[in-house]
Amino acid sequence: MNHLTLTIDADGIALITLDHAAETMNLVSPEWLAEFAAAVETVATDPAVKGAIVTSGKKAFMAGADLKLLSKGFSKAEALAFSEAPTRMHRRLETCGKPFVAALNGLALGGGFELALACHHRLLVDDPKAVVGLPEVKVGLLPGSGGTQRLIRLIGVQKGLELLLSGAALGPAEALKAGLVDAVVPPGDLITAAKAWLMGAPDPVRAWDRKGYAAPEAGGLLNPGMAALFSMQPAANAAKTFHNDPAPAAITSVVFEGIQLPFDKALAVESKYFAKLLSGPVARNIIRTTFVSKGEAEKLASRPAGVPKANFARVGVLGAGMMGAGIAYVAAVAGAEVVLIDRSQAEADKGKAFAEKTLAREVERGRRSETQADDILSRIRPGEDFAALAGVSLIVEAVFEETAVKADVTRRAQAVAGPDVIFASNTSTLPISGLAEASQRPEGFIGLHFFSPVDRMALVEVILGRRTSQETLAHALDFVAFLRKTPIVVHDSRGFYTSRVFQTFIHEGMAMLGEGIAPALIENAARFAGFPVGPLAVTDEVTLELPMKIIRQAEAEVGQAFERPCGTPVLERMLAAGRGGRKSGGGFYDYPQDGPKRLWPGLADIYPVRADQPDITEIRHRLLAIQALDTARCLEEGVLTTAADGDLGSLLAWGFPSWTGGTLSYIDTVGLEAFVAQCDGFAQRYGSRFEPTPALRRRAAENEPFYPAPDGAERA
Amino acid sequence: MTEAFIYDHARTPRGRGRPDGALHEVTAVQLAAQMLGAVRDRNSLDTALVDDVILGCAQPVGEQGGNIGRAAVMTAGYADSVAGQQVHRFCASALEAVNNAAAQVMVGAADAAIGGGVESMSRVSMGADSGAWTADPTVAYDTYFAPQGIGADLIASIDGFSRTDVDSYAVESQRRAAEAWREGRFARSVVPVRDVLGDVLLDHDEHMRPGTTLEQLAALKPAFTALGEKAGFDLVGMQKYPALTAVNHVHTGGNSSGIVDGAAAVLVGSRAFGERAGLKPRARVRAFTSIGSEPTIMLTAPAEVTRKCLSRAGMRVSDIDLFELNEAFASVVLRFMAQLELDHAKVNVNGGAIAMGHPLGATGAMITGIVLDELERRGLGTALVTLCAGNGLGTATIIERV
Repeated sequence: MNHLTLTIDADGIALITLDHAAETMNLVSPEWLAEFAAAVETVATDPAVKGAIVTSGKKAFMAGADLKLLSKGFSKAEALAFSEAPTRMHRRLETCGKPFVAALNGLALGGGFELALACHHRLLVDDPKAVVGLPEVKVGLLPGSGGTQRLIRLIGVQKGLELLLSGAALGPAEALKAGLVDAVVPPGDLITAAKAWLMGAPDPVRAWDRKGYAAPEAGGLLNPGMAALFSMQPAANAAKTFHNDPAPAAITSVVFEGIQLPFDKALAVESKYFAKLLSGPVARNIIRTTFVSKGEAEKLASRPAGVPKANFARVGVLGAGMMGAGIAYVAAVAGAEVVLIDRSQAEADKGKAFAEKTLAREVERGRRSETQADDILSRIRPGEDFAALAGVSLIVEAVFEETAVKADVTRRAQAVAGPDVIFASNTSTLPISGLAEASQRPEGFIGLHFFSPVDRMALVEVILGRRTSQETLAHALDFVAFLRKTPIVVHDSRGFYTSRVFQTFIHEGMAMLGEGIAPALIENAARFAGFPVGPLAVTDEVTLELPMKIIRQAEAEVGQAFERPCGTPVLERMLAAGRGGRKSGGGFYDYPQDGPKRLWPGLADIYPVRADQPDITEIRHRLLAIQALDTARCLEEGVLTTAADGDLGSLLAWGFPSWTGGTLSYIDTVGLEAFVAQCDGFAQRYGSRFEPTPALRRRAAENEPFYPAPDGAERA
Repeated sequence: MTEAFIYDHARTPRGRGRPDGALHEVTAVQLAAQMLGAVRDRNSLDTALVDDVILGCAQPVGEQGGNIGRAAVMTAGYADSVAGQQVHRFCASALEAVNNAAAQVMVGAADAAIGGGVESMSRVSMGADSGAWTADPTVAYDTYFAPQGIGADLIASIDGFSRTDVDSYAVESQRRAAEAWREGRFARSVVPVRDVLGDVLLDHDEHMRPGTTLEQLAALKPAFTALGEKAGFDLVGMQKYPALTAVNHVHTGGNSSGIVDGAAAVLVGSRAFGERAGLKPRARVRAFTSIGSEPTIMLTAPAEVTRKCLSRAGMRVSDIDLFELNEAFASVVLRFMAQLELDHAKVNVNGGAIAMGHPLGATGAMITGIVLDELERRGLGTALVTLCAGNGLGTATIIERV
């Protein structure tokens, strides 16, 4: 037994302890299932056993399924079998004639809580960390193994549906109030209480297995409450998902249909809806990128082996503007002493003031104690004297985005800190190899591209210059991990990866405007595709000056050979019209003081909306395709090393829709052949920027997706 | 094919569809039965000559369920041989019932049939019958269901009708309805509803607010803002109409059809039936048809079904003297007039449901009767009756005087 132990005491009470031999967390897997099913059979068939307690030997009771397993891709038949096996096991447990009590000694989520729901009684330890819930909706799935059906029969359709759609995890008090558990007991009493319940000779028949049982909502739409609930919920789902993520709709349907059915039929329907989601592309995409790839990135999968771990007791941050202040803050939170340097003491103090403000808010919200906040704040040392940098192990510069300014601070900092200290530049656009020339030791120079606001954005784009050493990479990754952020590793190139591909998004949007496509249609197409905001709105946010500056910079470097991106004429015209973006009083939008932003009425004069408007699907595909295609180019050019970094970066850097799994998963989702055909069409209609690369054509011809599917799995 | 003629029609006055409405104490089947009784009594009709009674009903559940057509036949004391059925085409149910009655006559399945409808909205509330389209979450989600009020506001947003546009239309509806009542234009066909003692409960349309002004209407709150903005239906609608930046909520209780109780019956028969019954035909049912249209906006079928009906009849818009389009919402009529380039002087000349109310399953028969009376009063020939209906349905009928 690898996953659990089973003991039977003198009173005939079986104690099943989930305790994976090799992992720190109990997870649902086929092996676990086989062992647990065997334990259930022992309890069921051994006449000496009166009942069973299910608990865990770990801190947590059990988290859900092993997400790595779920991201591999399933055919419909495989997915159905994958769902039916645990469903059968849980049903056997529930109907075997012996009472089971779940003694939840810690968190029980997803599959863990589904097991608890199948037990006849649930006790939860009184510990704020012991949360319970069914979070499957967050990964594009629904809770299987009878989870949806038991929940709605236990706590009612309305409350159950709410929990299933939010995926919320409830602490002991809330869980008890919601009816998710039968009692909350002090930590030391859990097993005693469980045994006491079993010794009371409880009836091992669930309410829904008793004759004459009917859920209050079993009448379906003949019940006015049901009719009201289910005529409203689809709109809420559609307003949230824009029909991209099918999970909320599937959960709603499975609740609606299941409650009207006898229990075993309801389980069958649940399994089918589960299989539909698991065999579809969206759950796979979300799980793969936001859990598997993200987890691997955070475990520093790209870190060169054999380099000793770096220490960040004292670090330096140059530039106390918005980015520098943010970096100083997160480094101090992580435990480093931060030397924060700017041109004057006053400027440097401003950077510390950001941390002060942010911490005050954290204290106000009860997320940190006053003492913790003071402690963090005391670690930030603002000043103007570079001499304070002595003894730091890493320096991040976040000064003005200009090569000369950056070169100057690099030299001054190294003069104090010495050439061995890792020097990281937080640039979003300037080539790292060029900046590294100012360094005494280009091997120790690396790019760490943070995103704004630094305290809330998880991603750090780690950029290797031509001469950056493996040791420097390893230590830079250690620093990212130290800050509890998520790294992707890219190679030097104009705009690196994230800024470069993001530019294609906003330029495509602006080009559409130039073609006479209604701005609302462009913005809605992006929003309904799942982007946080449309390309015009986001350009207003970053200012129209920024992409213009990037163009001018590139032209300064490359000269005539530089091909201006497709939205340049629109940028120029808007800037000439004095519409520089939100900061300068308005761009594509107006920002009235007393209301939400609205499209600038003057747009219609500059770019009259043409009579024949394209279908929104064309716009949506175009916006998604240009980013996906450019990401594929990044991979081919070696800017990106792995598809996973491309996908993760696209989600975390600029909010590429999570249902796609990221820019490259999106191509797999559309299908390589279909994607290439789509791009060919776009190239004809909109220009050569859509021309698929030869490598992509070859990939399509050889059907070689970015993520190989296992045999038998369906391609969406 | 046999020709189908309209011989007579009767309608109840419309009572406010609330517990304080005058007709609230009257069951739905009584409302319908009293109209069947009126058609029989005014025409000294031997009911054995009637083959079928077809009643529209948009909420056929509870006391309106189980084939209220046949229940009304029995309650009214018609001959046992008279069949009965109930049809559901949402708001166009009663017009469909008239059309079905005509169709039975035309194909020779009946010599005479009554088409009509009934709806006691105060007793069986809107939405009581629920249904797959609105409340089966799979269907509602996949087909972008949104309530009618959202559709009405979508029309206004797309076509650019302002709050003043829709309110002005409502003011005119009230003015026309008040004028029609004042001049007694409805007197021939409105049959007072009586209580269990036989005393008159109501003899006029109770929902009307004669003298309504633009200022009064402007003070009303939009009715569908919460549904649109909080419940998410605006975004459902915008996913279908993505060129919109927002949905402009302009409809209120004052420029939407009123919730009322009522019933109506239209006697349709062949020429031979008329001769046997000693009755004179008043109008021929020239053509009728139904159509489906985009269901999320839901209310835009009238222009489409009108074109379809005209084309099947070999007619043009200019051949129609009077148009009667149910005033579900002001924007529905404004779009209809704009799309068919109609002069308001020919449309809903006696006001409509914004002033007098819209008893869902009965309205189609009521407005058929109203426009027939008006053709006679004005000495005109043809009229087209149409309604928008749930799920994007629309039904139209062309009648011409003989």
